[in-house]
Amino acid sequence: MKEFVEGSHAIAQIIQACKPGVISAYPITPQTHIVEDLAQIVANGELKAQFVNVESEHSAASVVLGASATGVRVYTATSSQGLFYMQEVVFNIAGMRLPVVMTCANRAISAPINIWNDQQDSISLRDAGWVQIYAEDNQEAVDFHLIAYRLAEDKRVMLPVMVCMDGFILTHGMETLDLPEQDKVNKFLPNYNPLYKLDPAEPISMGLLADPDYYMEARYAIQETMKSSLGYLSEISSEFNAVFGRDYKDLLVEEYQTKDAEKVIVAMGSVCGTIKEVVDEQRAKGKKVGLLRIITYRPFPYARVYEALKDVSRIAVLDKAVSLGAYAPIAVEMKAAFYGKKKGPKVISSFVGGLGGRDITLESIHEVFRRLTAKEVNSDFIDLKPELLKEEYGK
Amino acid sequence: MGNSPLFKSGHTACAGCGQAIAARLVVEASGANTIIANNTGCLEVFSTKYPETAWGVPWIHSLFENAAAVASGIEAALIYLGKKDTINVIAQGGDGSTGDIGLQALSGMLERGHDILYVCYDNEAYMNTGVQRSGLTPFDTNTTTSPSGARSSGNIRPKKPVPEICVAHGIPYVATASAGFPQDLTRKVKKAISIKGPKYIQIHVPCPLGWRHETNQMLPVAKLAVETGLYPLFEYENGVLVNRRQFTPKPVEEYLKSQGRFKHLLNNPEEIKKIQEIADNNIKKYGLKLEA
Repeated sequence: MKEFVEGSHAIAQIIQACKPGVISAYPITPQTHIVEDLAQIVANGELKAQFVNVESEHSAASVVLGASATGVRVYTATSSQGLFYMQEVVFNIAGMRLPVVMTCANRAISAPINIWNDQQDSISLRDAGWVQIYAEDNQEAVDFHLIAYRLAEDKRVMLPVMVCMDGFILTHGMETLDLPEQDKVNKFLPNYNPLYKLDPAEPISMGLLADPDYYMEARYAIQETMKSSLGYLSEISSEFNAVFGRDYKDLLVEEYQTKDAEKVIVAMGSVCGTIKEVVDEQRAKGKKVGLLRIITYRPFPYARVYEALKDVSRIAVLDKAVSLGAYAPIAVEMKAAFYGKKKGPKVISSFVGGLGGRDITLESIHEVFRRLTAKEVNSDFIDLKPELLKEEYGK
Repeated sequence: MGNSPLFKSGHTACAGCGQAIAARLVVEASGANTIIANNTGCLEVFSTKYPETAWGVPWIHSLFENAAAVASGIEAALIYLGKKDTINVIAQGGDGSTGDIGLQALSGMLERGHDILYVCYDNEAYMNTGVQRSGLTPFDTNTTTSPSGARSSGNIRPKKPVPEICVAHGIPYVATASAGFPQDLTRKVKKAISIKGPKYIQIHVPCPLGWRHETNQMLPVAKLAVETGLYPLFEYENGVLVNRRQFTPKPVEEYLKSQGRFKHLLNNPEEIKKIQEIADNNIKKYGLKLEA
């Protein structure tokens, strides 16, 4: 069913089709349109769900935690400070192995306060035990939510999944989308049937104190499940393709013109659309360039990245987040993927761009390719305004 | 007291713990068709150390301050499943997790009108971490973070009035209770769960370790708190005071000298006078004095 629709509206519609029993959220820009639409859908009686308006993100995450533990499919969405405010609960949900699905409308972190897009919020929560999947466009954002529920509720997994979509660029962007029909959704995503739940008929205790004799095994189990999930994502992706006719391959990375490439940009999210355009432009001029798009950031697909880029001589990693005082987040993973391996790029340069909604233009991407020389650079900021730096620090 | 199928023996609470007794009375009054969400704290730690649990009802612990919100999610899920009418939902925690770090989650739960009973076990300090003061620590109490000294007579502020804060939310039922009056406590829990909507019960629970009294003195100490007027027992229904326990008031000094946490006050009549004023105000405010 094709529809010209805003990204947030499409997400609300696909969540409706997934039929969560409890939705809880706290408003934060740019997540708001998603939860406003869901509130209206519930108010109209079009979705039989409890919509719990809470006093904070901490409680939004806690409400879905409690509902999920009671055996019900749940949904929440947030951004930026909201994600940080719920961080404690976010870690807790993963530790308790609850299949919560959340949309992160990616937004910059304060200070300075800034409502526009980068990926610092979700990337900062990379160690939480959530699977993190990043959409390039709104069709993916829609489809990834279906895949997220399938993966989260898979008895082999039982981990929460965060679908990350760039704030404003995707959440407020209008595109023509194929919105999955309900009967196909029902076929792909069966009702949630929990392994354990809070039920007086069969009382269990959840969230127990684990002393040094028990704690590590609980964490190890998540680490192992994370590793196995790399394969489950491929399985679910091919089932998705069978039902909906859209092929996301292994769902880990997308290789775009990488086969014979000499220079490849590695990036994540909506900026990859811009990068593809530049790659096409440069390819037309005979330049051997490409893009490796990271789709699944947690678990990180090291082996897949190695296979894709082992014969490329120069890589530019473009991060829309920083680890202040250290290498940029995706750059770290890329270096780890090749360290000690027989093959691999001679240069892995790291660039930081698009922070706080600074536009990454076609020219920005051309500039990244230009700066990708034999001399490796680390956390090299693109699109900086020298005149502002002068004002601040120049003496 | 024999063994209870809902809160089993073998947990690791200290001898003479008022909270353990109160928690057992609460779950027994609510019955087997109950789901409990528990904040982090003594009760959580001593009742559910993996791989053991004392609980015979479904029970969940998530974090220090979010039991009210977790319970809200449980209640919402039960409504969705069509099971709410047959299952009681209880959220519970200590005074710190209720009135300090969890006050916002509690307020949200009350304001949203969930059909949940919130139980605060008030032992008047952060006992689980080693007796640090909380917002519900009484005036002049000696704790590890409000110590008495040459320039201090202990905690500088009176107890935060959390029951009154709950009453201000316009909820149908708010009560205070005490481990020293178990039948009254049981009656209040049963009454609370018979009422639909958000309910709050705050139970005064002596902590021999933190209050520094003998472990066999839990009941008399709890009773003295009530009978001096320092811990008034009352019930509010829909904002109206409908009941309070009346007594012939005893001087606060009797209560103060029963515990090491007030020992520094015993030769300080000025401070004792201030505490007597707190009790007198309570007696007046709630009409606690038994008239002959």
